[in-house]
Amino acid sequence: MEGNWDTVIKPKEKLLSVDFKELWHYRDLCLLFVKRNIVVQYKQTILGPLWYLIQPLLTVVMYMVVFGGIAGISTDGVPQPLFYLGGICMWQYFADCLNSTGNTFVTNANIFGKVYFPRLVMPIADVISNLLRFSIQFSLFVAVYVVYAIVGTVACPNIYALLTPVLIVLIAGLALGFGILISSMTTKYRDLQILFTFIVQLWMYATPIVYPLSTVVGKTVAGFDLYTIMSLNPVTPVIETFKFALLGAGEFIGWGWLAYSAIFMIVLLSLGIVVFNKVQKSFMDTV
Amino acid sequence: MATAIEFENISKQYRLGLVSTRTLSHDLNRWWTVNVRGKEDPYLRIGETNDRSVKGSSDYVWALKDIDFKVEQGDVVGIIGRNGAGKSTLLKLLSRVTAPTTGQIRARGRIGSLLEVGTGFHPEMTGRENIYMNGAILGMTRAEVSRKLDEIVDFSGCERYLDTPVKRYSSGMMVRLGFAVAAHLDPEILVVDEVLAVGDAEFQKKAIGKMKDVSQGEGRTVLFVSHNMASIKNLCQRGIVLNQGSVIYDGGVNDAVDFYTNSAFAESGNLYFEDLSQAPGNDSIRIRSISIEASDGKAIDMNSDIEVSLQFMNYKVGSMVDATFELRTVEDVIVFHQGKIISPNRDSVQGEYRVSFTIPAHLLNDGRYMMRIWFGENCRYLLWGTLEHAFEIAHAAEPGQQDNGHRPGVLHYGFDFKSELIR
Repeated sequence: MEGNWDTVIKPKEKLLSVDFKELWHYRDLCLLFVKRNIVVQYKQTILGPLWYLIQPLLTVVMYMVVFGGIAGISTDGVPQPLFYLGGICMWQYFADCLNSTGNTFVTNANIFGKVYFPRLVMPIADVISNLLRFSIQFSLFVAVYVVYAIVGTVACPNIYALLTPVLIVLIAGLALGFGILISSMTTKYRDLQILFTFIVQLWMYATPIVYPLSTVVGKTVAGFDLYTIMSLNPVTPVIETFKFALLGAGEFIGWGWLAYSAIFMIVLLSLGIVVFNKVQKSFMDTV
Repeated sequence: MATAIEFENISKQYRLGLVSTRTLSHDLNRWWTVNVRGKEDPYLRIGETNDRSVKGSSDYVWALKDIDFKVEQGDVVGIIGRNGAGKSTLLKLLSRVTAPTTGQIRARGRIGSLLEVGTGFHPEMTGRENIYMNGAILGMTRAEVSRKLDEIVDFSGCERYLDTPVKRYSSGMMVRLGFAVAAHLDPEILVVDEVLAVGDAEFQKKAIGKMKDVSQGEGRTVLFVSHNMASIKNLCQRGIVLNQGSVIYDGGVNDAVDFYTNSAFAESGNLYFEDLSQAPGNDSIRIRSISIEASDGKAIDMNSDIEVSLQFMNYKVGSMVDATFELRTVEDVIVFHQGKIISPNRDSVQGEYRVSFTIPAHLLNDGRYMMRIWFGENCRYLLWGTLEHAFEIAHAAEPGQQDNGHRPGVLHYGFDFKSELIR
């Protein structure tokens, strides 16, 4: 009799007891959440998914005026629209994932309070559904790219372009890891949520989106090499590789830094999952 | 028969109030004491039992304390108790919405929980999409839902609107659809909160019928929480009575319901609070006293005029304050819900008011009743049914009449019956 229980509900699980089998069982739910997120977003809008295109286009124009025109920041010889669009695509995906996963517990408190399913399904679904938006914006990027290629003012993508899927996985993993870590903490102390929104905004400027990393080469801040400090931001190597691979901007940042990003992502994601798993058990009491 | 669910020493502690500035320090203190100094959690000891009417001195309460029982496979168990007795907490633990503070629950088979009908319904999605969504949230795979789609749609009776967004549905239709999905979930253990309180009578009958089928025909285990003693008796074989987080009775359903009505409706005696800060109420209203007694000062029976008197301190100045009395029977039927506006011209002052009225003799039948007190301000609730006062009307024959014993019914009014031979 003892030992053949299907469900055991205990106050505290061991720290590393993440039930991936159960998570897999709920894959249909994950897909449904993805579908819901996509369908619901532009219901009762006239332009619908066209907004996915309008937003980056307007942003590009803005960046061209402010950073390209007024500030005169170099784009490493790449045409400005292409340079900004590439960066915006990647960053927007990262920021979207961060913002939606970072609020998992708070926005879904209603469902979570009524029924059990592995809570991790929710942020994973967020990351996947944001991929749709990313792919539309990426297509826009490709379209603009093709136009420039025909006119002949841009370098062809090099062999590193094959890394693009890996880069996207890195971005998604980093965002998911950060997001669930933050959402685990915001259930109790809401001020983190405000801080977090703010940090995401500032983070963009710490990442080479509107400028190439090459502009900081040789500069120092308080005796530290700025290039190294910037590259310690795990998103930087990913974005730099993306720009180098597709636009030929600057130089390849090196496998070392890319490996750093990958390891950072794996550690962060593992930590995030462990913390999230611990919080999900009793967050309803504190949310 | 095999055990389906086993509760072992289950306790659940909650922290009252908002997450205040003290939380972080409490958390740090707890972490320090438990993990660094290796001592017992300091906040686990100061919890008190959960009695809503007495203002506790600590911020921590035990919603459940040392719950220990087993449920056999195929049992249908009704969980009874007053508001705040811990019923919902128990179901929440079982549905894994939150984790217990101590103890363990072990279960055999899939647990399907219905704490709410239609969880995860999105107003913008169609009925069909929501069926899949809700099914998946409750743990069904897509294939399972597809297989049962026809049955679900049929049961809900929403076929015509299946491809309409549910925001166009009436609330009744939403409930039907939600229950239909849940009813076809086929878990080995079904946990049901008072979801049947919504929906029309026909649907409630259908829902109870379905739950009966599930438990009797298919041998599943059901845990059912309700305030409705009639449906508890109708559906369950076993009853568990909770009071202030502990099991106070566990046995056959009829005995359990009797036990509950006897204990919950035990005469509370007249209440008087000398110290207003300890009295039930909130910042707007504090109840000083309530008394329900026969006008002749003897025990209340069917021949007594029953005088109800309520005294309270009002802190709401310049508004329309009302005191409302709600009389309920043990079956939770509301006999009346009426009251008096003490300041109809929005001219309430800070001070003690008294509201009293008389329930005439020969109106109510014998039995136990519960008077619940509500306060309102400008048609909004100011104090939400906090004070409950139980009393019993003893059986008595009308003077000069033959005693026919107890008759069913809420009322026993002295109608002016006439009889004549007409042919």
